[in-house]
Amino acid sequence: MSDALFEYLCRMGDNTLVLGHRISEWCGVAPVLEEDIALANTALDLIGQTQLWLGLAGEVEGKGRDADQLAFHRDVWDFRNLLLVEQPNGDFGRTMMRQFLFDGWHLAQLKGLMTSSNDQIAAIAEKSVKEVTYHLERATDTVIGLGDGTEESHKRMQDALDRLYPFVGEMFIADAVDQAMVSDGIAPDPSTLRPDYDAMLDAVLAEATLQKPTDDFAHKGGKSGARHTEHLGHMLTQMQWLQRAYPDATW
Amino acid sequence: MSSPESSPYSDTDAAPHGKARATEWPLWEIFIRGQHGLSHRHVGSLHAADAEGAIKNARDVYTRRNEGVSIWAVPASAIAASSPEEKGALYEPANDKVYRHPTFFDIPDEVGAM
Amino acid sequence: MYAQMIKSTGEGVKSLDDMEPEERAFQERINAGGKIEPKDWMPEGYRKNLIRQIGQHAHSEIVGQLPEGNWITRAPTLERKAILLAKVQDEAGHGLYLYCAAETLGVTRDQMTRDLLSGKMKYSSIFNYPTLTWADMGAVGWLVDGAAIMNQVPLQRTSYGPYARAMVRICKEESFHQRQGFDIMMKMAKGTEAQRKMAQDALNRFWYPSLMMFGPSDAESVHSAQSMAWKIKMNSNDELRQKFVDQTAPQAEYLGLTVPDENLKFNEETGHYEFSEPDWDEFFDVLKGNGPCNTERLEARNRAWDEGRWVREGLLAHAEKKRKTAIAAE
Repeated sequence: MSDALFEYLCRMGDNTLVLGHRISEWCGVAPVLEEDIALANTALDLIGQTQLWLGLAGEVEGKGRDADQLAFHRDVWDFRNLLLVEQPNGDFGRTMMRQFLFDGWHLAQLKGLMTSSNDQIAAIAEKSVKEVTYHLERATDTVIGLGDGTEESHKRMQDALDRLYPFVGEMFIADAVDQAMVSDGIAPDPSTLRPDYDAMLDAVLAEATLQKPTDDFAHKGGKSGARHTEHLGHMLTQMQWLQRAYPDATW
Repeated sequence: MSSPESSPYSDTDAAPHGKARATEWPLWEIFIRGQHGLSHRHVGSLHAADAEGAIKNARDVYTRRNEGVSIWAVPASAIAASSPEEKGALYEPANDKVYRHPTFFDIPDEVGAM
Repeated sequence: MYAQMIKSTGEGVKSLDDMEPEERAFQERINAGGKIEPKDWMPEGYRKNLIRQIGQHAHSEIVGQLPEGNWITRAPTLERKAILLAKVQDEAGHGLYLYCAAETLGVTRDQMTRDLLSGKMKYSSIFNYPTLTWADMGAVGWLVDGAAIMNQVPLQRTSYGPYARAMVRICKEESFHQRQGFDIMMKMAKGTEAQRKMAQDALNRFWYPSLMMFGPSDAESVHSAQSMAWKIKMNSNDELRQKFVDQTAPQAEYLGLTVPDENLKFNEETGHYEFSEPDWDEFFDVLKGNGPCNTERLEARNRAWDEGRWVREGLLAHAEKKRKTAIAAE
């Protein structure tokens, strides 16, 4: 049981860790100052959530690892994040499309966790829901605005959607870890979140004048750790470099 | 402010300016009423494509997402002004981002003021 | 940060008696500690100087995001990453406040941005130095922000209202910046041998560039005199530099680090430190574009601007469509 819980908490924490890192790559080079500041806020929220999720994961594991040790001293195969969030930023449109696709799932997931049988998880979810509600609002507006904007922005957003849609399915596929969470009343079954998500997606894409790809193929292997994309390793070599180069140092 | 005499820049560096590009987002004036504030106060300006964007940007720029605030965004061009005499409009940083507060960093007394 | 290479217009400072009535009223208001607001009458030289000064200050904040942004993705702990990101985000905010202040003088942000990207307007030279190790995040916060604060605190009393108000807000936020830098330096200086070495190396590289931030001596400058009469410059460069050294030297000692200046010593009589001048040839080289990172910094800003264009246009086009739909519906 505690193994499954540890796995589950790593999934939540690795999602926010990896996406927070990706978003932070925009700092200083966003298309406009106001967006630069807004993206940094999103990244800060996600890093903060990471500290909570991975902190709790370390506690549950009981081997004395804290959030930083989990973040900076695990290798690719130990990461449990969705493939979607490790995808490179691409242009601003792809970054915001990735954010939107993730936020929709993230918010539904967190809302389900607010009634978790585990009080600590419920508390983290309650704090996170407020932040993620805003992330989704902002990402939605941007997807609509750019989808409906100019010919160029429309094309770029359609490209982003086509490119990222194959990573949507993984968010809703339940596996043994999810089953264990459901039976303990800890977390919702991700497959039950899909209908509402699809409805939300359809409404937003319609307003954004974007076409949802017809192929429902889903890449998987992120949340189980079985097969990440090549991108994650490169991200980790940068993120973990100092910790690994100077293992005896404190920072 | 500091001014090297041999600065290679001419007095006209800042002017004249050509026409602004058509893609510049309009300027908005932002007014915020805090959780316990009695009325909205001008906190500053920002650029946004439209009113909704201005309000969202204001949340990010001027409240850093502090909850319980009410935001007004007014197109700067719609403001009729006499000569404003506003004292510095300070904002409260979001409460859960403690590291924004200088006191988060414990600087030893020997080091002196910072 | 601030703008170090401002040169004022004018042929020296006019006496009140030589001024036309409106200029005299303007100057008397400043002398009495009053604020000048956007709609008030002001001499053209005052307006132009302010646009340049505030614009350069704003550009410095935006370009200043880059050397520190360079380490966000390599920050060694989650907390350090969050703190650094929050700090660099603040710099974007400070740039935004300052651009807005300049915009009250009849110039748009895009116009100023264009002048930055073309190299016509400048930014603080300090940001043309590279950040090579994590200790540089400490040194930049401690020294560069420390020097910037020396400049910025008095500017809260500057005569132009919108600029003064922006500075009040900025100063409130900047205090955490210097402290986070010193906090990193303390950890490094008291850490492993490798960390201590990094800290010393960072101090070695950032000491003189930090002293240069105040600009060359301006003791005899008529231009400075005009700016000071207008209260858009509050202290002389030398005055601020001395204050900075007086404050920083004991802090270096506390850290157990050596300031790379063998002439640095405390003078009991004056109550101030004596120190060596930085290499002003290097300063002017960097100013001319020959600093270690001038090319990269401008390239990065240009790339962000060019690649962001479709986003700015797209959101604007959408807003316009919405506006038309709303009008049609009425």
